[in-house]
Amino acid sequence: METNQNRQVDGVIPATSMAEPATAGGSQSSTLDERMVTMSGLQTKGIHAWFGDHHVLEDVSLDFPANTVTGLIGPSGCGKSTFLRMLNRMHEFIPSASMAGEVFLDGEEIYAPDVDVAAIRLRVGMVFQKPNPFPSMTIAENVLAGTKLANIKVKDKDSLLEECLTRAGLWKEVKDRLKLSGASLSGGQQQRLCIARALAVKPTVLLMDEPCSALDPGSTLKIEDTIHELSDLITVVIVTHNMQQAARVSDYCAFFLSDGHPGRVIEADRTDIVFTSPQDQRTADYVQGRFG
Amino acid sequence: MTIAFEPSTSAAPPRRKVVDSRNLGDRIFRRGVTAGALTSFVVLSFIAALLFFRGFEIFRAFGLDFITTSTWDAADGTIENATFGVAAMIVGSIVTAVIAMVVAFPFVVSSALFLEFYVTPKLKFVLVSVLDLMAAIPSIIYGLWGYLVLMPHAAGWAASINKYLGWIPIFSVDVENFDASPFVSGLVLALMILPIAMSVTREVYSRAPLDQIQAAYALGGSRWGAIRAVVLPFGRSGLVGGMLLGLGRALGETIAVLLTLNLVFEVKFQVLASAGGSVASLIASRIGEATPLELKALMAAGLVLFVLTLLVNFGASSIVARAERRVR
Ligand SMILES: Nc1ncnc2c1ncn2[C@@H]1O[C@H](COP(=O)(O)OP(=O)(O)OP(=O)(O)O)[C@@H](O)[C@H]1O
Ligand SMILES: [Mg+2]
Repeated sequence: METNQNRQVDGVIPATSMAEPATAGGSQSSTLDERMVTMSGLQTKGIHAWFGDHHVLEDVSLDFPANTVTGLIGPSGCGKSTFLRMLNRMHEFIPSASMAGEVFLDGEEIYAPDVDVAAIRLRVGMVFQKPNPFPSMTIAENVLAGTKLANIKVKDKDSLLEECLTRAGLWKEVKDRLKLSGASLSGGQQQRLCIARALAVKPTVLLMDEPCSALDPGSTLKIEDTIHELSDLITVVIVTHNMQQAARVSDYCAFFLSDGHPGRVIEADRTDIVFTSPQDQRTADYVQGRFG
Repeated sequence: MTIAFEPSTSAAPPRRKVVDSRNLGDRIFRRGVTAGALTSFVVLSFIAALLFFRGFEIFRAFGLDFITTSTWDAADGTIENATFGVAAMIVGSIVTAVIAMVVAFPFVVSSALFLEFYVTPKLKFVLVSVLDLMAAIPSIIYGLWGYLVLMPHAAGWAASINKYLGWIPIFSVDVENFDASPFVSGLVLALMILPIAMSVTREVYSRAPLDQIQAAYALGGSRWGAIRAVVLPFGRSGLVGGMLLGLGRALGETIAVLLTLNLVFEVKFQVLASAGGSVASLIASRIGEATPLELKALMAAGLVLFVLTLLVNFGASSIVARAERRVR
């Protein structure tokens, strides 16, 4: 474990993985778009993750160009959430968790020793798999909670409130009861409230872990519209089990698979390529629902 | 099969009474817990009844004066010549308990947060063991410590408080004697209630929902931010509950107060002066040499203490319930 945690800082473009995966098949962990070696957006290099001795992610190198939407797909338990949580340093929150590799946000290594974690998390927002509004706060307070936590001065709270709730597709339903507790909403409404809350601090990257799994088709479409709109401004990484959703919202897609080994990226490419002419048979099987 | 979907014509039907049939095991368990619950109520009412009947003569003779006046004179042991009134003791009990609460509160909150969020597991284990030990120390030890060690120092602190804040009525004194004051007693009580209040509070803080704490962190919150946004609101009722347990102990504490408080039959709100009251300590101090009549008066005082404790608990739990409703 110790040896694995040695980081390789050598500035090489992570086009191919250093270690060949254990399985045959010649799969390659690849950057999403090798032509685009920009310093904006989000890059990961050789990411590994462990929970105790359990190696759950192996050598994930992905590139999330600025202002794109990337879908992370793959069967349950393959490490999508774990990977996502490493992008805003929520992984280290779990006591047994450890990691190796590097994550760059606009060219800056977020695991570097002198980095302010809170500042990183402010720039990399997150929507969790399970809705988690603050029950002790009103709906309005929930949306503005991030600005308060980070001591951001907001000049026009009302318009920020309306903007974020509208983007999350919740404004119409709650505009007359902003003073009610955040816990008084339905599960799907709570999730949209959490999306609004994440948007209120104006992140440059938004991580979403199955944000629509508790939502009805109408709100799901509303969220997808929001993601589309947001992608003009920010970088979105979204985990989803819904293939249609991945096809609809994402520009790029990465297919994760663990298959008895630590989770790896089997294939990562433009979404249309992943869905219509994937390189790997397992990807084809998965996106066509014959797998997992 | 067809499914008719017509607008309903009749008025709303009568509501059905929904019952469930319980199986044998469930019925036995139900009886068991009911019996247990009833027993505790019965025992409690027996205690109250005993106190009431033994003290009845006193209540009949003095009526409300027993709780609104302050004298304790058994005279020749006849009810015609004796006068009993415990107003000063009731007030004194409340004053010392409130001092204990006010002093203990910041320590309860900060040490509970410290142990739960800022300490390595090993150190936490050690500190928690020490605190549990503190809860197990008999109150006579606290009393002796308060009398022998704390009082000489606390009298000095009281003198400085009086010097600088004496213009506030509660910190003024008539005579410059700061020993055995409600202040000293309250400090000892604060120390005594700290372990129990803190372990309840800590327990509740440790159950603050992790997903909400994570949400606070993910929004760029600091640890203190997450505590303020999630842990403190979540733990509010636990904090009040823990403080209440402490309050119960403070109101009922006898020996430690007896050693560190000068019982005086005069209602006063000067917390630094060497004069205070405590119903429990009154009973303890008099019961040894009490005449039969005085014994009845002490029983009556016991009932007053009993009711006082019940009222405080009732009031506080309704505060908790209100706070809970706000959170929901
Ligand atoms: N807190 C944890 N402690 C220990 N092991 C964990 C923890 N969280 C996740 N794991 C393990 O890590 C692996 C990856 O989990 P992860 O939650 O990342 O999967 P996922 O791809 O998000 O799955 P799903 O689609 O079901 O959400 C799993 O084998 C899981 O058992
Ligand atoms: Mg997941």
